[in-house]
Amino acid sequence: MDDRLELSALALGRQIRERKISAVEAVQAALSRIRETEETVHAFVTVDEEGALRRAKQVQQKIDAGELSGPLAGVPAAVKDNLCTKGLLTTCASRILENFVPPYSAQAVENLEEAGVVVLGKTNMDEFAMGSTTETSYFGVTRNPWNPEHVPGGSSGGSCAAVAANECFFALGSDTGGSIRQPSSFCGVVGLKPTYGTVSRYGLVAYGSSLDQIGPIAKNVSDCAAVLEIIASHDPKDSTSLKRTDLDFTSALLDDVKGMRIGIPRDYLGEGLDGEVRQAVLAAAEVLKERGAEVEEFDLSLVEYAIPAYYTIASAEASSNLSRFDGVKYGYRAKDFDGLHQMYKKSRSEGFGPEVKRRIMLGAFVLSSGYYDAYYLKALRTKALIKQAFDRAFEKYDVILGPAAPTTAPRLGESLADPLKMYLGDIYTISANLAGIPGISVPCGMDSRGLPIGVQLLGNCFEEKKIIRAAYAYECARACRAAQQGKAVEA
Amino acid sequence: MRQYETVIGLEVHVELATKTKIFCGCSTAFGGAPNTHTCPVCTGMPGSLPVLNRQVLEYAMAVGLATNCEINRYCKFDRKNYFYPDNPQNYQISQLYLPICHDGGIEIETGFGKKTVGIHEIHMEEDAGKLIHDEWEDCSLVDYNRSGVPLIEIVSEPDMRSAEEVIAYLDKLRLIIQYLGASDCKLQEGSMRADVNLSVREAGQKEFGTRTEMKNLNSFRAIARAIENERDRQIDLLEAGEKVVQETRRWDDAKEYSYAMRSKEDAQDYRYFPDPDLVPVVISDEWIEKIRAAQPEMRAEKLVRYREEFGIPDYDAGILTSSKKMADMFEETAALCGKPKKVSNWLMGETLRLLKEQNLDPEDMRFSPKHLADLIDLVDAGTVNSTVAKDVFAEIFARDVDPAVYVEEKGLKTVNDEGALRKTVEEVIAANPQSVADYRGGKEKAIGFLVGQTMKAMKGKADPGAVNRLLKEILAQ
Repeated sequence: MDDRLELSALALGRQIRERKISAVEAVQAALSRIRETEETVHAFVTVDEEGALRRAKQVQQKIDAGELSGPLAGVPAAVKDNLCTKGLLTTCASRILENFVPPYSAQAVENLEEAGVVVLGKTNMDEFAMGSTTETSYFGVTRNPWNPEHVPGGSSGGSCAAVAANECFFALGSDTGGSIRQPSSFCGVVGLKPTYGTVSRYGLVAYGSSLDQIGPIAKNVSDCAAVLEIIASHDPKDSTSLKRTDLDFTSALLDDVKGMRIGIPRDYLGEGLDGEVRQAVLAAAEVLKERGAEVEEFDLSLVEYAIPAYYTIASAEASSNLSRFDGVKYGYRAKDFDGLHQMYKKSRSEGFGPEVKRRIMLGAFVLSSGYYDAYYLKALRTKALIKQAFDRAFEKYDVILGPAAPTTAPRLGESLADPLKMYLGDIYTISANLAGIPGISVPCGMDSRGLPIGVQLLGNCFEEKKIIRAAYAYECARACRAAQQGKAVEA
Repeated sequence: MRQYETVIGLEVHVELATKTKIFCGCSTAFGGAPNTHTCPVCTGMPGSLPVLNRQVLEYAMAVGLATNCEINRYCKFDRKNYFYPDNPQNYQISQLYLPICHDGGIEIETGFGKKTVGIHEIHMEEDAGKLIHDEWEDCSLVDYNRSGVPLIEIVSEPDMRSAEEVIAYLDKLRLIIQYLGASDCKLQEGSMRADVNLSVREAGQKEFGTRTEMKNLNSFRAIARAIENERDRQIDLLEAGEKVVQETRRWDDAKEYSYAMRSKEDAQDYRYFPDPDLVPVVISDEWIEKIRAAQPEMRAEKLVRYREEFGIPDYDAGILTSSKKMADMFEETAALCGKPKKVSNWLMGETLRLLKEQNLDPEDMRFSPKHLADLIDLVDAGTVNSTVAKDVFAEIFARDVDPAVYVEEKGLKTVNDEGALRKTVEEVIAANPQSVADYRGGKEKAIGFLVGQTMKAMKGKADPGAVNRLLKEILAQ
């Protein structure tokens, strides 16, 4: 492997600006890494070799002409396959979109391309982002680069695996209930879900519209902040897009947590949490405490209601969002059918996988007349209460710290047999989506099987900078400690 | 037979006159090659998102204010889920839980006097595309040009009791909306569509009977006929000891017959829920006041002004204001020539006659106020006489000709040459000794024949008054 593939995105960007490596060379190196790794990892649904090289050339010309000087100009990246890319297959890892080529790009992708980032291809995911393992993809599973017998997590498993395997320098994912943070934790990379409304959802194929957010997945906190700075923008095409004037996320990359108040919800440390994960997460809290943060445990409350509320709301929205996939306008249409009704039925039955069908049925049920109040409305009220619980917590704390997932990456095939158990795995991440708040997952160690563990930091709405600062300080402390340990070994 | 009362409520869909669609920037223009006024949003492409057109909201508010509705300060859009290919997302964005306007009403007047018809609510929604069934190729095609065109649905209370009241209500509603400029409200072209909910009950009974909903009513005449027909059908059922089934029926105007489309049993569950892609709309008092202040002059105000400012009699003012187009024509023409009464005469007389003769609505008038004003000036200046003017107006009405140019080209100017006129009059006197004798013998009316002969000889281009004067002068000698 080309050593330069281990560079961070910002470090590569610097080398490109300093003419130590060209954008084309960087793309070539990534493509050759993809060729040698994909057989085991299978992080991509589509690799756009030709397009990537062509764009790298154009970007390099702009850099040479002095028209592009951004920190990530020329850096190769990957994009989750539920983000539309103009002229490039966008499948949502579903048979029903196996042939869909969008005539437009998602706003987040446009922002990247404007900054000179070169998109290498589209990463694998759970079908329509429904799942926690990337095993529900129509195009086959993605494997965890740390141990191919294990899943990478999901639904942004392809993006996280691609970054972990050095197939790209960063990637975009989407997070509806933890789909960036959980696989980042499983793959030992940094993943951030911004405040709802920070990154435009235009061009993101909707799963749960009121919960979906696009975010960066990268090798370290600095890269994450730099990518977020590029993709975050107010977009008049998205009515839920926010007008924020505090998008200078890299300004929060300060190795200083003195006086920062950090709360650990006791509710996040109880039953179901793996012992090794618990130990690593508490150790991470200890590191921040040593660095001057005030750390204490508290009761967040309502945690047990987050999962039923989430699956009710997300499924309800999904059942409506996914009804446009009907074989009429684009995507998969069944071969033989008799009449309109059967065309719908067969196209959708053959086009969607079992997990997607399960959620469409669940969603249609909770919205149906007679059940709407009992399920959907109740879930919305629960969502509001969960938000209030976070509001109260953030009166006392700058950052909430906890695990990103109850365990490390399960083995392939272990999760799908029991969907309810898989849903419970989202317990630490989904509250952030219900409350609309930002969260970041940062690597904080390995379990005894050599699988990564992630610590999750949650902030109040619009306070990405606080979690970025805490995550950055933790990362610095950890690097510092690793360096000292290295010296100790040498001595 | 027992006595029955008919109870009718209407659901009226009105296509708003915005330039662009309700949730995207595509044109709402009628026609256009299939799928040319479309984009990812109005064709339901994955990842596309709706953004509300502010003008739609303002038109809906304006209609609500003009129909005495309350405006919801906090309103939301909901998704109505159902599968059909003309609906690209397989859900229609509409309003169920918090519509923009509610609890209003308008006063109508029929032969039985005045009454108020309540308006339950007005909500905004998007129109669907159009399916085209190609029999030749045995396939169906979809045109999404109309998909996303903004509509408001005006839901009345079940306050109407006859076809006459329904027509009066629709007429009033249409006039209000036309005056606001919010829609042209053409039933034939579908920019105004009415569904009729009708039930009957025995006279004196308090509870409503079982209602049916009638669709596909494309003219006022069809609505009136469908109401009579449906009322009779329901009464016949009840008289025969049968029950009315709650169902949706489709009117076939050619056959003067309706048939059941679907019953309540197979009514769909639309699984309405708030659209998470659109944020709630918060409407301030200031905004409402701004819309109120910008409301154009409505009919009642015009009636007063026409009387007071122009001295137009009430009856005439009523007709002039019975359509926005007619009122605009009157005001613009009067402003150009400064002769409101003469303008009124032209509109009340020749214009209405031609409209009726050609079976047209005032909305179909295509001539410019300038040309009518010019014609009035030409008559006043004596350039053409009133008979010629009527012929010229017919040309203006049909082809919007410039009257000055037309009169010049066709040589229709009144002959004011005293010598030529005198010569013709003398010839007519010489050629009609009998009439001359009659006149001189005391038959005053005989002069009329001589004037007519002179006009004929002059090919109508003389001033009849001048001819009359000259005849008398010569015959008196």
